[in-house]
Amino acid sequence: MKLLDQTRQLLRRDQVFEFLQPEINPDLDISHRTLLYLEGVSVSFDGFKAINDLNLYIDAGELRCIIGPNGAGKTTLMDIITGRTRPDSGSVWFGQVINLLKLSEPEIANAGIGRKFQKPTVFENHSVFDNLELAMAADKRVWPTLLARLTAEQADHIDQVLATVGLLEQRQRPARVLSHGQKQWLEIGMLLVQRPRLLLVDEPVTGMTHQEMDRTAELLTSLAGEHTVVVVEHDMEFVRSIARKVTVLHQGSVLAEGSMEAVQNDPRVIEVYLGEAGSC
Amino acid sequence: MILTRLLRDDRGGQILLGSLLVLALLAPVLNLALPPDHPLHLSTYTLTLLGKYLCYALLAVAVDLVWGYLGILSLGHGAFFALGGYAMGMYLMRQIGDRGVYGNPELPDFMVFLNWSELPWYWWGFDHFGFALLMVGLVPGLLAFVFGWFAFRSRVTGVYLSIITQALTYALMLAFFRNEMGFGGNNGLTDFKDLLGFDLQADSTRVALFLASALALALGYLACRALVLSKLGRVAMAIRDAEERTRFTGYRVDRVMLWLFTFSAVLAGIAGALYVPQVGIINPGEFSPLFSIEIVIWVAVGGRATLYGAVAGALLVNYAKTWFTGALPEVWLYALGALFVVVTLFLPQGIAGLGRGLGTWTRRGRREEARP
Repeated sequence: MKLLDQTRQLLRRDQVFEFLQPEINPDLDISHRTLLYLEGVSVSFDGFKAINDLNLYIDAGELRCIIGPNGAGKTTLMDIITGRTRPDSGSVWFGQVINLLKLSEPEIANAGIGRKFQKPTVFENHSVFDNLELAMAADKRVWPTLLARLTAEQADHIDQVLATVGLLEQRQRPARVLSHGQKQWLEIGMLLVQRPRLLLVDEPVTGMTHQEMDRTAELLTSLAGEHTVVVVEHDMEFVRSIARKVTVLHQGSVLAEGSMEAVQNDPRVIEVYLGEAGSC
Repeated sequence: MILTRLLRDDRGGQILLGSLLVLALLAPVLNLALPPDHPLHLSTYTLTLLGKYLCYALLAVAVDLVWGYLGILSLGHGAFFALGGYAMGMYLMRQIGDRGVYGNPELPDFMVFLNWSELPWYWWGFDHFGFALLMVGLVPGLLAFVFGWFAFRSRVTGVYLSIITQALTYALMLAFFRNEMGFGGNNGLTDFKDLLGFDLQADSTRVALFLASALALALGYLACRALVLSKLGRVAMAIRDAEERTRFTGYRVDRVMLWLFTFSAVLAGIAGALYVPQVGIINPGEFSPLFSIEIVIWVAVGGRATLYGAVAGALLVNYAKTWFTGALPEVWLYALGALFVVVTLFLPQGIAGLGRGLGTWTRRGRREEARP
């Protein structure tokens, strides 16, 4: 009898089997304006709570800065969004329908989330152009990649991005000869050709001169709107120059959120940052 | 055409394929048409030796593809080579028929010797040449696929992967040494008579096998070259240089590794299959970890990530081996070790790097001469 019941349960007509439901919905649904949801996310490494019950919402098209003292969990947060680290609890959604916790790193990248690492990582032995060609949005499975031919349209798009990040003259040079700042821009360029909806940028101005910093600020602000940009940064001056909305992380959760002035005047933030906030 | 596109910026490849062509045209003439006492006569022994080197060269190209371009240091490629060799050996065994010592039309000698009454299932079909050829590619490919599936999915890379590949070939060696496995135990498969009805001892068969090896090397080289020039090849190099970045760029790194590793194993298997009829024996010694390490040395000596360097390295080291083991057998292993040390210290890019260095040096010299 039990077996019969089970069979009946299995064959109920008012349900759709879980395996029949598409896991990745290619159409990003941002009808509620919010692009990225992190709710109740916690992760700990060997008992240390790197992220603690974190809630964060990023709107489509916004430019958000995330600041916080060392060890506040900024990079871990990026790792969670890009699938490198799996949280112990909580949920992470990209739009209304894409559950990021179920996707692997390449799937997340192809779903439209690009990430720039803290240390600039580019393909050193490839030319600048090749770097972008490899990063470009395309069918990235093995066979299509083997047979891929660059179309004129794609080449134009790459040149356009090269112009945006100011590397047109370095087009055919190997990426390893670029300066530190140029590598950072190349990496941002590599994100752009992926045509991501969301750009995660980890400390883009470390080791940059003031001039380079200004250019980077310009670049990031021009990207917001069409793309959604999340910047993690230490450099307060830089954050002030680009920020519209700032989130302060502390000990793995959100301490304060709002405009730069509001956040700077928040007594809790001042307490956490002490001298640092005062110097801003 | 495709050929010109593949070899456009590949000086080493042009030289390699050119010399292979010359060799393929000259060798049959020198061996078959000239009388044995003619000064230019190429003895069948030398011809077979050359054919053997060419098989090794193809194996080296296969290793260079995964090591030089993908960064996977496989210390177990000898296993794929040997499996391809065994597949061909099994066909050759079945061709002996009732001409064996025991005269059993169904069973190879060693099975009669073990008192087996019928052919084990895994020997079925090997009396057909086509089936054997299929197995030459399929068996090493399948092993590499299954092995790679588990290894790359769990992101085993670097030294750990090298050690596992080493363990793989060692385990296979121990298995093939056992008589119960049904592959001839430590004697392996030997005493071959003919291939497709042609006598293996005949000069013309030897010439044909030599030509087949040269053709396989040329095609294998071109296939690898095409792969390396494709977008997939550039993705492979990207994985070698910055694996994490490639993953976050949206490529399934494990899949790329899996397919290239499998392709490389198939190439190694083909090399093994051509090797066996020329040397006349395949035994578990080919599975020995030492042999697999030697292959890596060929590639290192020739120069990683150049493909033609791997060929040059394989030819040079094996020629040296033949010479040393003939003239000064006890010195050979020391010489090999010394060669490896010298190359690692002074020629990190191998012979290919030396060639490129000389090229730019002479060009610079010429430019300076041209200056008033």
